[in-house]
Amino acid sequence: MTDSILEESSQPLVGSSGADEFCIAGHTFQSRLILGSGKYDSFEVMRESFEVAETQCVTIAVRRERLHDSSGRNILDFVDPKRFVLLPNTAGCYDAETAVRCAKMGREILRGLENPGADWVKLEVLGDSRSLLPDPIELLKATETLVRAGFQVLCYSSDDPIVARRLKDAGATSVMPAGSPIGSGLGVINRNSLQIILEDLKQGDPNYPVIIDAGVGTASDVAVAMELGFDAVLLNTAVARAAAPIRMAEAMKYGVKAGRLAYQSGRIPMSRYASASSPEVGVISKRQR
Amino acid sequence: MIDVTINGKKQTCAEGLTLVELLDSLGMTSRAIAVEINQEIQPRDTHCQVEVKDGDILEIVTLVGGG
Repeated sequence: MTDSILEESSQPLVGSSGADEFCIAGHTFQSRLILGSGKYDSFEVMRESFEVAETQCVTIAVRRERLHDSSGRNILDFVDPKRFVLLPNTAGCYDAETAVRCAKMGREILRGLENPGADWVKLEVLGDSRSLLPDPIELLKATETLVRAGFQVLCYSSDDPIVARRLKDAGATSVMPAGSPIGSGLGVINRNSLQIILEDLKQGDPNYPVIIDAGVGTASDVAVAMELGFDAVLLNTAVARAAAPIRMAEAMKYGVKAGRLAYQSGRIPMSRYASASSPEVGVISKRQR
Repeated sequence: MIDVTINGKKQTCAEGLTLVELLDSLGMTSRAIAVEINQEIQPRDTHCQVEVKDGDILEIVTLVGGG
C-alpha cells in the first residue's frame, strides 16, 4: 500500500479559521460530542461528565412512568433542558410501529418542556437483543413514516453503505452508522465501509451530517472516527462505565478535538518505506546509500 | 367504576374522569410525561377534555437516561 487510504476521503479545510461549528437539524453546536445519559452510577457523575466533556447535546430514552415512584428524582433535575439540547431515542424498539409511537411520545414530552430538540429523534429499530444491530428494513419503514410526520430523523444504522444511502434518500436528517455494536467498546472496526458511507452520503452534499454512533471504547476510537471525516461522535457506555467516568469524559472531548483537527489538516499519505526528516546532504558519514 | 390498563397493569378508576383528573389521582403531575390512549398520542393541551373510557389502554411515559 503506497497511497494513503485515509487520505482519499480527507477534505482538508486549509486555512479554516474561527469557529468550527457543527450544524444539524437547525441546531448549531460548538461541540461535536453527543453523549448518552444511560448507565451512570449516579445522576451527579453524569452531570459532571457532561460538564467536563463540554457536550451540548444529550440523548435520553422514553420509558413507562413508574406508578408508585418514591424516589422522586428525575433525570431532568440533572440535565437542564434549557441548556442541553435533548435528543430522544427509540431504544428498545424492535419494529417500525413501536419506534414511531416511541418517537411521537418523546416529541410530546419535549414539546411540554419547550426543548428546542422537540422535532428530532435518534431512531433505533433493533434486529436482535444480542447484537443490538439495527433491522434495516424496519428502520427504513420507520424513517419514511417519521419524515412524513415532520420529524428530523437521525438514524442509528449498520455500517452498510447501501442501507445508509437508502436512509438518506428516505429523508433522514443524518445517518449514524455504528462503529461496532452498542456498548461493545470495539471502536471503529470497519473503516472501509464507513469511508464508503462518508464518501457516498457527502458526494455533492458535503455538509450532510454523518455521525458515528456506538461502539466507542476509548478516546483514540473517537479520534479515528473524526479523522475519517465524521461530523460528530455519539457515545454513552465508554464514559458511563469507565472506571473514572468524569476523567474519561474529558479524554473524549480531546479525542474529538484531536481527530477533527487532524482531519482538517490533511494527513500525510502512508508509504511502505521511510522518508528521512533530516537533510540528506552534508552528512558526515562515509556510508554510501 | 371502569376498567383501564395503565402501563400494562389493569386498574379500576371512577367513571367520567378526564385524563388530567386521572393523572392527578395517580400522582403523575410532572410536565415531563406523554400519554397514549389506545396507541394514539394525546397532546398535552387536550388532557383536560379527553375522557377516560372503560377498556382504554393507556401508556404514560417519561424520560430516563439512555444512549
